[in-house]
Amino acid sequence: MNAPQTLALETRSLCKTFGALTVADDINFRLEAGARHALIGPNGAGKTTFINMLTGVLRPSSGHIVLGGENITQVAQASRVKRGLGRTFQINALFRGLSVLDNVALAVAERRGVARRTWRSASSYADIRDESLELLSTLGLAEDASQRILDLPYGKQRLVEIAIALGLRPSVLLLDEPAAGVPSVESHRILQVLDNLPKHMAILIIEHDMDVVFRFAQRITVLVQGQVLVEGPPEEISKDRRVHQVYLGEQRHA
Amino acid sequence: MTTKAAAQASGYLADSRIRWTEWLPWVAALCGFFLLPEYLALGARILIFILYALSLDLIVGYAGIITLGHSAYFGLGAYVAGILSAKLGVTDPMVQLVAAACAGAFLGLITGAIILRTRALTLLMLTLAITSVLLEIANKATSLTGGADGLSGVVVAPVLGLFKFDIFGKTAYLYCFIVLFVGWWFVRRMVYSPFGTSLTGVRENSLRMHAIGAPVYWRLVLVYTLSATIAGVAGGLITQTNQFVGLNVLSFESAGELLVMLILGGVGRIYGAFVGPVVFLVAQDLLAKQFPEYWYFGIGVMLVLVVMFARGGVLGILDGILSRLRRKA
Repeated sequence: MNAPQTLALETRSLCKTFGALTVADDINFRLEAGARHALIGPNGAGKTTFINMLTGVLRPSSGHIVLGGENITQVAQASRVKRGLGRTFQINALFRGLSVLDNVALAVAERRGVARRTWRSASSYADIRDESLELLSTLGLAEDASQRILDLPYGKQRLVEIAIALGLRPSVLLLDEPAAGVPSVESHRILQVLDNLPKHMAILIIEHDMDVVFRFAQRITVLVQGQVLVEGPPEEISKDRRVHQVYLGEQRHA
Repeated sequence: MTTKAAAQASGYLADSRIRWTEWLPWVAALCGFFLLPEYLALGARILIFILYALSLDLIVGYAGIITLGHSAYFGLGAYVAGILSAKLGVTDPMVQLVAAACAGAFLGLITGAIILRTRALTLLMLTLAITSVLLEIANKATSLTGGADGLSGVVVAPVLGLFKFDIFGKTAYLYCFIVLFVGWWFVRRMVYSPFGTSLTGVRENSLRMHAIGAPVYWRLVLVYTLSATIAGVAGGLITQTNQFVGLNVLSFESAGELLVMLILGGVGRIYGAFVGPVVFLVAQDLLAKQFPEYWYFGIGVMLVLVVMFARGGVLGILDGILSRLRRKA
């Protein structure tokens, strides 16, 4: 079933050590095309390190990362984005002094190769503006297009965080705790957005909120102390004793 | 679309047409030419420092690169124009200016490619180092630069072979006016372009710029080179109007003063670079006449007041007053 060409992203024996500390230990991970995959694990399990290696912020100590069949282990961060790897951040990484539209338009312009042009005014690129506005309206942010991020409520900022990544039209999207810090009354907006993401996009989500994970993911990988503890569909994971011990048990009684 | 519009000038929603207020500095400069003929030398100096401050605003205000070494490119431009004239006998002002621009661009590219790999304090120290090295070279290479005595004997032929530099400074003033206008026009276009918007992106969050696939390092090298080019032109102008080059063009103090001018006017808004040098140089002129020994004290007080009470500089204060008036109306 798992023919290699259907894999959107794959890691082979990925390791990362900081001195004597091993934060990623022989991770073999496979993300299918169009997958809805969650990566869970207790604090300090190495989830963010793993994401940072995938995006090229950190170099792995050994092992390989393969994006769409191409080995990208040595490829720089910006080139990985060009090859279709997008991400969002756990802690908002927005252009706070700029308008919501500019936040998205920067990504759209970058993808379309317009961002380095120095002569015509940015506002004369109607196609960039229209595409950005369209994207914002699908996320329910059209009204806020000209607002600065500074003036935006936190929940909407989390949506802009996703909007920027979508502006890159990635084939693989890494969502680092998209609902982090959002009160549960508002998080349904984010869940709606997640449900409506394009079907062909392969998505890996890191999330602590188990309601979000079990509603969204079709497959779950549990990471503990830098190692893959278990991987499988949600039903299996929720029944797995080891998972309960290290993660779900603590979470549910907390 | 909504009530609270973004307060920034550039970007994908900005109206890039020139507003009538943007013509005010030019009208003022022309009025100055006709109404204050005895101050044309100071006026030309102000115009040159506006161009110089504009080049600094591009990297400090838009790209967020803090530097204390911008005098390296200004000074190099000044010396290139001076040496061409005094040592090599090239007296055409256009040729001198182009040479100064090229020298600034070249040094900007080489040094930018090295120092822009670093950030924050390291970057600041490296900018200081570059201008210090250049200052020492200029100090020691006396046969070329005149060293501490300065480089005299700079001859500038009439502009385009038609307009002779007169002792009243009329030609110099108008010449600087036109060069500044061209410089402003380039900078303004760039600031409003997608490239300019991406620079503000780097300033606001370089981490995210990397994450959307922007070649951040190359963008910074490019804007740094362009800025150094403009600083080189400003340096060439100061040589041509003074017909003399002193070591002070390369000094760290002059780079610091430039930063003070920009902060006084307002950072990251183009016209702060217009207001700052006017306020600074006019205050310097007045204070130096009244209190020859303590004039720096007055500048210091002004800077402290701006930093404590008006972070946006003079233009920031104006913005505040205008928005308060609008709310009442």
